[in-house]
Amino acid sequence: MGMTITEKILARHTDLVEVGPGMLINARVDIALGNDITAPIAIEAFRKAGGTKVFDREKVVLVPDHFAPNKDIASAEQCKVMRNFVREQDITHYYEVGEAGIEHALLPEKGVVLPGDLVIGADSHSCTYGALGAFGIGVGSTDLAAAFLTGEIWLIVPETMKFVLHGKLNKWVSGKDLILYIIGRIGVDGAIYRAMEFTGETVRNLGMADRFTMANMVIEAGAKNGIFIPDEITKSYVKDRAERDYTFYDSDSDAVYHSVIDIDVSSIEPQVAFPPLPSNTRDIGQVGHIRIDQSVIGSCTNGRIEDLRVAAGILKGRKVAPFVRLIVIPATPTIYKTAMQEGLLDIFLAANAVISPPTCGPCLGGYMGILADGEVTVSTTNRNFVGRMGHRNSEVYLSSPAIAAASAVLGRIGSPEEL
Amino acid sequence: MKYTGRVWKFGDDIDTDLIIPARYLTTSDPNILDGHCMEDADPGFIGKIKKGDILVAGKNFGCGSSREHAPISIKAAGISCVIAKSFARIFYRNAFNMGLPIFESPVLWDRVSGGDLITVDSDQEWARKMDNGSETFPFKPIPPFMRELMNAGGLMSFLSRRQSGGMAK
Repeated sequence: MGMTITEKILARHTDLVEVGPGMLINARVDIALGNDITAPIAIEAFRKAGGTKVFDREKVVLVPDHFAPNKDIASAEQCKVMRNFVREQDITHYYEVGEAGIEHALLPEKGVVLPGDLVIGADSHSCTYGALGAFGIGVGSTDLAAAFLTGEIWLIVPETMKFVLHGKLNKWVSGKDLILYIIGRIGVDGAIYRAMEFTGETVRNLGMADRFTMANMVIEAGAKNGIFIPDEITKSYVKDRAERDYTFYDSDSDAVYHSVIDIDVSSIEPQVAFPPLPSNTRDIGQVGHIRIDQSVIGSCTNGRIEDLRVAAGILKGRKVAPFVRLIVIPATPTIYKTAMQEGLLDIFLAANAVISPPTCGPCLGGYMGILADGEVTVSTTNRNFVGRMGHRNSEVYLSSPAIAAASAVLGRIGSPEEL
Repeated sequence: MKYTGRVWKFGDDIDTDLIIPARYLTTSDPNILDGHCMEDADPGFIGKIKKGDILVAGKNFGCGSSREHAPISIKAAGISCVIAKSFARIFYRNAFNMGLPIFESPVLWDRVSGGDLITVDSDQEWARKMDNGSETFPFKPIPPFMRELMNAGGLMSFLSRRQSGGMAK
């Protein structure tokens, strides 16, 4: 029987020829990833279980990005635990602040995660790697500790939902709008425990940045992983970055799917997800008058150079509205440097935006843009839960970089078409 | 194993930011995290609960972040188990991996009220209200491997006990 790309990657990481939905497997991992929030718990569990040496120092990846550069003494201590472990275990893939960026933007950029890989990350947005045609899933710290010890993870092979996208994208509609639209349509548990495979003519023409954004947010529909079939666009992205060999997989024509969902993208407008769930989406034209105190452009979802270019294109020659804070966060030092070379940072500064160093920071209510009681932000991040970016009575509206940039100028949520 | 405790009810899609807000993720110490469990869902929660109490929630409990601080804070707060219509997948893994008993019941939520005293039998896989004796609410069966994890008290102790050939490779 035919297999989906997800099933093929999983099978290849076991000694089995074929796997199918519902099977319990023990799979070998190519990358075991942790950050400053989740790694300390994994390190403690690893030690408690008698661990002395990680299974492979090349395959353990540790990135200080959530509360780094250290936001306070407690987060400094957590980064120190991770850094000491890196020294002790002689971990190859560790990125110190200055070289570090938001993990899910950094690892593809560095060619550390590659097509065909099986990646487990103690961070829910590890599903981002599906954009490369890899199997990436978020797990907890205990799973990471077990992988440190054994190099393996227990998994149930997921069923796959296939999303076939066709038609031409409307102006200002990006990968972010597509994934918000899909989450709005199927709900926050609409793909629970399943794989979401994106295909179709629209997807084949999407650039890598849009694919990363879409794969990144499949967790917001409850999915296990999201995945794209690697193609020429994938190849041109990875070929000069890859630090080792990689494999392109494709789904068989007789692969079995849980469901096939056909979407005509030409009817999709820019989307805004109202609090407190990413599924509360509305077309930009249906938003109404939502005054904002802040706009955030960044995160593992939308902090890539393509996102900053879109935002700068809108902000050029304009100023952020009075009493609004616009916070721009390039996701990695390379993105930061490219934005500087292209003159994007000048545009942001001239518009009165503030530029943060690469960090997850405000996305999860850490620092660098926390909201007070009653404040409202529009944000290119991935979650708008209660209290997500600050006080429990603050509100987060999710959007694309284009909407976030235009909203910063308007002082309310709106489209670049209104400028 | 049997657990008896009072019910605390929560709705659908209780996310991990509600269970433990990220502002407390500067530590993983259970003795600090326990004081903030469910803080943004019900600010007075921690002052009201007693050891052994039980969370009963709607669908998709634990959606959002992979933070294990969420099940850690629930366990450390003294909650004996969580029963939901369904669980988000990372939370589901994490709970079994670190030894927090969780059960799925599509009907219990509609049949109990906050403050009800219920008994949970984790081996027979049912819950029962204490005030009207005999009606039991069966849980969705726990898959055999998850049962092994639960009986071992979590993934790390399961791994240390595991004999070779336990799982398909």
